[in-house]
Amino acid sequence: MAQETQGAEGTQRLERGEHITREITRIPQRFPPERVWLVCFAASLCLLALFAVSAFVLFRNGVGMWGNNIPVNWGLAISNYIFFVGIGHAGTLISAMLLILNEHWRNALNRFAEAMTLVAVICAGLYPILHLGRYWRFYWMAPYPNTMDLWPQFKSPLTWDFFAVLTYLIVSLLFWYIGIVPDLATMRDRSKKRRGQVLYGIFALGWRGSARHWQRWNQAYRVTAAIAVPLVVSVHSEISLLFAAGPIAGWTSTVFPPYFVMGAAFSGFAVVSMIAIVLRHAFGLHDVVTDRHLDLLAKLLLACGLMTSFGYVAEAFDALYSGEDYDVQTLVDRLSGQYAWSYWGAVILNFVPLQLLWWKAVRQKPVVLFVVGGCVVVGMWLERYMLLVTTLYRDYLVSSYGEYHASFWEWSLFAGMLGVFFTPFLLFVRYLPMISAFEIKEALFEDRGERKGKAGGASVHA
Amino acid sequence: MLEPNATEHETFGVLAEFPTAEALIDATKAAREAGYRQIDAYTPFPVEDVWKALEVKDNRVLWLTLAGGVLGAAGGYGLQVYTNLAYPIIVGSRPLVAPQAFMLITFEMMVLGAVLAGIFGMLVLNRLPRLNHPVFDAEHFGFGGKDRFFLIVFGNDPKFDEQSVRGFFDASGASGIQTIEHAEEPQ
Repeated sequence: MAQETQGAEGTQRLERGEHITREITRIPQRFPPERVWLVCFAASLCLLALFAVSAFVLFRNGVGMWGNNIPVNWGLAISNYIFFVGIGHAGTLISAMLLILNEHWRNALNRFAEAMTLVAVICAGLYPILHLGRYWRFYWMAPYPNTMDLWPQFKSPLTWDFFAVLTYLIVSLLFWYIGIVPDLATMRDRSKKRRGQVLYGIFALGWRGSARHWQRWNQAYRVTAAIAVPLVVSVHSEISLLFAAGPIAGWTSTVFPPYFVMGAAFSGFAVVSMIAIVLRHAFGLHDVVTDRHLDLLAKLLLACGLMTSFGYVAEAFDALYSGEDYDVQTLVDRLSGQYAWSYWGAVILNFVPLQLLWWKAVRQKPVVLFVVGGCVVVGMWLERYMLLVTTLYRDYLVSSYGEYHASFWEWSLFAGMLGVFFTPFLLFVRYLPMISAFEIKEALFEDRGERKGKAGGASVHA
Repeated sequence: MLEPNATEHETFGVLAEFPTAEALIDATKAAREAGYRQIDAYTPFPVEDVWKALEVKDNRVLWLTLAGGVLGAAGGYGLQVYTNLAYPIIVGSRPLVAPQAFMLITFEMMVLGAVLAGIFGMLVLNRLPRLNHPVFDAEHFGFGGKDRFFLIVFGNDPKFDEQSVRGFFDASGASGIQTIEHAEEPQ
């Protein structure tokens, strides 16, 4: 009797797994919302063209095209850089951290979250080069033997940054890639057209699902995940050191690394929620990305938001407790100075709509979650802008006070950068399996027999 | 474990199909008990119990990761020490070799070394990429249709005998038992 029910459940599980595989692998094959995709893709290509024009103008005329100057010499380029890296971190965290915690619900989200990480890191990586002025010498950051016998200054956070972001890019790419190989093999075997068979086939590396391969793959995948989590923390801590290692009032604070890491995760989870909502709506993936997934994402968002808000409090406390005149002055400038709109904008957009997520009914409403996510993205963008500008525009010497206003070309480059973000992401959505089908099946198998044991049961992961 | 080659072994192996992962796990255990050693299973998703049943205990990926991490960290730290000594710039009489300031790059290089060694080591140990393989010629093989679970006894198994392997699979409830021939191999 027990054997029979087990058998029936096994068949049901197999059918469910097959249904999900078909649902996911069908998307790249017969893309249902082709027209909507084309419109989005055309728009993002326009933005990409705008990026090319803005970069060309910048390279021709130099950074004098921009509004940044002494004392505010970082401007939008660097605040956007931090914004994009920060978004990227959520993809790694959601995928790697939840993998090592064995949280199966990640399987519906990890693939596209990691793809988002990749494109975000590429956007971020471009900014420092564009901001460099002498962009043709960006490779001077790398230690290579040269006739001048010169080396990078390894005690500078700028060099740390180069190593951190490059490592992060390579690790994210490899982690994403070995995670997609088994699904590429599925695509290879399901493609009806020669071109698909060849292209998916090459990138699937001849994956045949051998148990001996899976065993090593599993070790490599999990150990990479375990390494990726501290990597995220190190990368964004390092970015905060770009600020904190300098003797600027309002930046030299030990609260910066955790404050930055939490803020990064916060903004990134907001973007992941927004992408999840859009994709599930566009492709009707309601049975894969369920309401429960949105609920969990919203909880993560709420938790990270509250931790980020603690960073705000700690930062203000730090300035007041130090009693340093310049630190207190910077705090006052933030609260009531010329750029107070960026401070209050960040506080309000980050933390006020967020409080709605205390209610479960709200968490499961995609539209509300999307709007809250959007507010957080804008709020966190303002936070980076605020941290940069409010600190730099009035430094120690009154004679060097100055203002910063982004020029047209900075805004156009930012808009263009969204094209750099969306173009590869849309191509990913169009041509690759955007949800990890084999990991969902793995989770279904591992959860056999404990359907009612865990909260939410089978709907958690599938 | 080496897979059979065309010069020494007449057939590549005998492959059988099982409807579920549970059936595959049971059959794998039975095959081990029957004394077969050169065997492998094919599953559409990672099934831990299958490689446990195969008694695969290969931790080389983990050791490679560790070695890569150690080498990366040593290389990263060494690079910074070397360059600072090779072109000394003393600022405010601060030490040339400053471990605190070197730790971040050391950490990043450790991560990079570990991940590169782990992932590429995994691919090399798996002999991937290998775009063609004899099992791809088998009927129903691949991830094209519904999920299927396969077990193969390779031709280089000491106890390999086509008829007895087929008999074993028949008894263990497999379907679609087929003999796999060698594929064309690169010279």
